[in-house]
Amino acid sequence: MLYSLAGIALFCIALRAVILATAPLRAILAVNVMSSGVFLVLVALARRTPGLVADPVPHAMVITGIVVAVSATAMAIVLTQRLRANVSAPTVEDTPGAGP
Amino acid sequence: MTNPERDTLARLARFGSTLAVALVFAGLAFAMLSLPAEPTGLAAAVRAELPGTGAANPVTAVLLNFRGYDTLLEIAVLLLALLAIWTMRRGQLRPQRDPGDVLESLASIQAPVMLVVAGYLLWAGGSAPGGAFQAGGILAAAGVMLVLAGSGWPQRLSGWPLRVALVLGLSAFICVGVAVVLGGQEFLAYPASGAATIILVLEICATVSIAVILLDMFLSVLRGRASRTDTTASIDQP
Amino acid sequence: MTALEPGSTWVVWLIVSPLAAALIAFLLPRVAAAIALANALFMGVAALALLDLVTEQGPHRYSLGGWGAPLGIDLYADPLSGVLLVVAAVVVLATLFYSRDYLARTAIGPLFWPISLFLHAALNALLLSADAFNLYVTLELLSLSAVALVALADEQRAVAAALRYLLASIVASLAYLLGVALLYHTAGVLDLAALAERATWTPATWAALGLMTAGLAVKGALFPVHFWLPGAHSYAPSPVSALLSALVVKAPFYVLLRLWYAPFAGAPEAVGTLLGLLGALAIVWGSLQALRQARLKLLIAYSTVAQIGYLFLFFPLAQSRSALQGVTVFILGHALAKAAMFLAAGNMHKCLGHDRIQDLHRVARELPVTLAAFAVGGVCIMGLPPSGNFIGKWLLIEAAFAQGEWGWAVVVVAGGLLSAAYVFRVLGHAFTVDDKPVDASGAPASMAWAAFALALLALTLGVFAAPLIDLIGGPGETAVAHLSSREP
Repeated sequence: MLYSLAGIALFCIALRAVILATAPLRAILAVNVMSSGVFLVLVALARRTPGLVADPVPHAMVITGIVVAVSATAMAIVLTQRLRANVSAPTVEDTPGAGP
Repeated sequence: MTNPERDTLARLARFGSTLAVALVFAGLAFAMLSLPAEPTGLAAAVRAELPGTGAANPVTAVLLNFRGYDTLLEIAVLLLALLAIWTMRRGQLRPQRDPGDVLESLASIQAPVMLVVAGYLLWAGGSAPGGAFQAGGILAAAGVMLVLAGSGWPQRLSGWPLRVALVLGLSAFICVGVAVVLGGQEFLAYPASGAATIILVLEICATVSIAVILLDMFLSVLRGRASRTDTTASIDQP
Repeated sequence: MTALEPGSTWVVWLIVSPLAAALIAFLLPRVAAAIALANALFMGVAALALLDLVTEQGPHRYSLGGWGAPLGIDLYADPLSGVLLVVAAVVVLATLFYSRDYLARTAIGPLFWPISLFLHAALNALLLSADAFNLYVTLELLSLSAVALVALADEQRAVAAALRYLLASIVASLAYLLGVALLYHTAGVLDLAALAERATWTPATWAALGLMTAGLAVKGALFPVHFWLPGAHSYAPSPVSALLSALVVKAPFYVLLRLWYAPFAGAPEAVGTLLGLLGALAIVWGSLQALRQARLKLLIAYSTVAQIGYLFLFFPLAQSRSALQGVTVFILGHALAKAAMFLAAGNMHKCLGHDRIQDLHRVARELPVTLAAFAVGGVCIMGLPPSGNFIGKWLLIEAAFAQGEWGWAVVVVAGGLLSAAYVFRVLGHAFTVDDKPVDASGAPASMAWAAFALALLALTLGVFAAPLIDLIGGPGETAVAHLSSREP
């Protein structure tokens, strides 16, 4: 139970960090902490009663969740890199149709 | 907007979000504490059906058999993310700077060990904790270490061999699933007699794809970094 | 495991075929476009066949892996998912047909095709899913492919919009996943129908309701958490904008609808009223913002924010039989009309080199088919007969009257007037005369006609609506059918 509460705490702390984040990298890190929180809840609740065998279904859900989180994180990092690379290329704003 | 105003706004936003998140935490914690203590899940059902699944480890049975469809889709997610990254990839991979003797010799000792560990995890996944994702992750990590240590061979995987390795996992799932449907059974319903073999084959294919996709994601990020330092090179170089 | 009756495998092909096509399109870039178009055609046939099957035999369950829920994952098809699958196939087919010529005029590479195929697979899988966790995986596949398509535009603002979309959607799915975790640990199952049987209103169910609704509202761009939509939908390449606005943004609403009938069936009215109020605000706010926009694609994107509001009017009216019918017909109408408008806007952008509303001179003379597509789509969005949107709004108003809640009817009518204002604003500029040249070769006939075909379908949807409405049972009926179809 303590672990699942800790998971929720991680989720909430990171949620606040995402809401307030201005830098993409900070937001990406916060989102990853959030997902760790969710996974912690899933795994912790899978073994609520000491001594019993853990429920395998939440474990499988965590593995699936981790893979999804990795994919999304990789995409977010590359998007951030594109954003930075474009900053030094001022031509984007000059193309026709780019005006407001 | 003047600066003091902006500061007040920022402080308000910080305070507001802290308050909101605290409320969310209180609500969730209350919900969590109210959960029944006795387990309600599918653990018993999984255990009862385990003998027919072809996997002795219940987590593997859930991942590859009971909920194999989720796993199929999740490999699709992984492949899709890599394709998305490919569309945004710019710049060339440049050889790493001199990694130093320590990293180089560590890599040459550790890479083979990691290969063996990955193989063991893949094999053990049938009966103990382990499986395709863990093995694929370790293989990818070995590849990353080799790249960082200056070895060129992980990058030599390109063109057709690379593409085949990328799609191997998802194709294997689809082929098995469709073959079963054409045989008159439900999608991904393995015959009990061959289930263990099918799961092993699926796990091997998935391991290869996962390892290669993860490694290639890393290389793409590395490329992005290289192309960015290009633009600022004149400032950073002494 | 028993042998299955013929025809029941359509649900499998609807998911497997786009996935397999994506792999082939990735391996063989030269035939990628042909593969994608062939797949879209096949999806249309398969969706129609499935719709026919569920119309005749009633809702249909398919146990993947042969285990059956709750241990395995089930697919579930009923007339609601059937018609949505059909309209998804139609919109994808027209959009991909359009994309062939569109992409030839951009620097976008052949990876567009496998990614759009993954998007179609995710959409179909989501519409057919009957499992709370499987819905999470399909939502992720859908969001990531949508983000990938937005980022194809490769200009600063598109990349920034894609990143914002991605982060918002990850946070939203994590909230959804935490909700799933709570539901699972309360009821011990993930199958929606089984959840409906076992779920009781404990604090954990409440928390799950809050988390999942909030997550889906972010993904579905409900006011006031729609902040990511205007950028992502307007800076994306035009065919992508069409797919996103017509289909992708409806998917989270569909999930919420399913949850509303299964685990959250007994949710108190206040929650529904809150969602309806946010929907009403979305209609007003989105329309006002659309009126203020200087760029055509941003105007259409804000119009989507407003139109999504109509969908959420369903929740306060859910007691009435015609609310579900209305919202379904509305989804179909909006999908067709909005796709037509974005495709038409793409044509104008390609020919004029910009999409500033003030400078849309001569569009009427040089691009008549394109403008006709936009105008017809706009008429549908206004909700004039015989469009599907008209029927949808009519049924929503009927539901409001049936429940004696006139306020919602007023919102529906007011939203229609506001949308008329912004559509006419664009048309007014398009008919003005100016000497600036228009390069009509920027949009070949195939692109203009693809948009026009969709607009025409949207307009005539009202004519076919009667049989459609009969297909979609009342809420009570659907819920009962959902439960009874679980019998082995």
